[in-house]
Amino acid sequence: MPIKVLIIIPCFNEEKSIALLLEELLKINFSNKYRVEIVVVNDGSQDKTVEVVSQFNITILDLPVNIGIGGAVQTGLKYAFENDFEIAIQVDGDGQHPPMEILKMLKAQEENPSNLIIGSRFISKEGFQSSLLRRLGIFYLHWLNKILTQKKFYDITSGFRLFDKKAISLAARFYPDEYPEPESLVIFAKAGFSISETPVLMKPRQGGQSSIRYFSQVYYIIKVSLAMFFSYIRKVN
Amino acid sequence: MQKIQIIIIFINSILLFYIARLIIKGKLREEYAIAWIVCTILLMFFSFWRNGLEVLAKIFGIFEAPNLVFISFIFIILIYLLHLSIVNTKLQKDITKLTQEIALMKQKVRNNESNDAA
Repeated sequence: MPIKVLIIIPCFNEEKSIALLLEELLKINFSNKYRVEIVVVNDGSQDKTVEVVSQFNITILDLPVNIGIGGAVQTGLKYAFENDFEIAIQVDGDGQHPPMEILKMLKAQEENPSNLIIGSRFISKEGFQSSLLRRLGIFYLHWLNKILTQKKFYDITSGFRLFDKKAISLAARFYPDEYPEPESLVIFAKAGFSISETPVLMKPRQGGQSSIRYFSQVYYIIKVSLAMFFSYIRKVN
Repeated sequence: MQKIQIIIIFINSILLFYIARLIIKGKLREEYAIAWIVCTILLMFFSFWRNGLEVLAKIFGIFEAPNLVFISFIFIILIYLLHLSIVNTKLQKDITKLTQEIALMKQKVRNNESNDAA
């Protein structure tokens, strides 16, 4: 029996980059061990994202209103949970995560099975490394995460992630809807899940805008710190 | 430290604790909690440093320190109310959209069912 793998692509106004990403993704030869399905979660885009995606033979979960990236990813995870997928991989729709790197994530899972695998851009210091201010923020969050979870992760804001069955079922119930990455790590660590990192290459975004800009960078740090702290106190079951 | 300071600090701590509980139970989203936590921290700050109000009033050129409290709090409350109205408007719009979407989907499902039956 092949392992069922779901690739979840959350999209918000990604009409420019999504077609290229899907083309690359469909070209990949996955080994016979895996049965791969792709699902695009459209987070209430106002542009032609849905029309572009409809040209491909791909499942679309079309959210009628914008609920935030975390909510969109969770929709995909719920789909994975209901349809008994063993592995779910989140790949951002803006082209920052090259599809070929998915193979690396699957290989990492094969060699060292974990509940959650983070694709990290900082381990091998190759490819896109993000701006100075952002790396400073990431460094702070890395430090906060180390205090709260007693674990060292390098790229805690990376959205390139592999969830196993246990992680899918937990995240289908608990997953923050706004800025989910650092906070969800605290939730997973509290649940006693094994989390590992594997080096991947990332590219600068191919189109669209970051969800975190200008003043909201300060807000992001404050909100995420609060959320991480309270996730740490909160009971997960 | 005077009696009133101790009372205020005590009440403040309870408020802070209550806000934390609300967040933990998932009844208050962190983004709204930020405003509340900042307010309690400000109150806490001035209850420890009583003269701070006089100093600030002098800087702004206000004769009576309590007036500074009234002015700034009215301003903050107004802004916060505006923010809540904006959030509320968005929620209403989203709910309308969702309700419409469900109605349209229901109609489609019913159509499919009657086609299957026929």
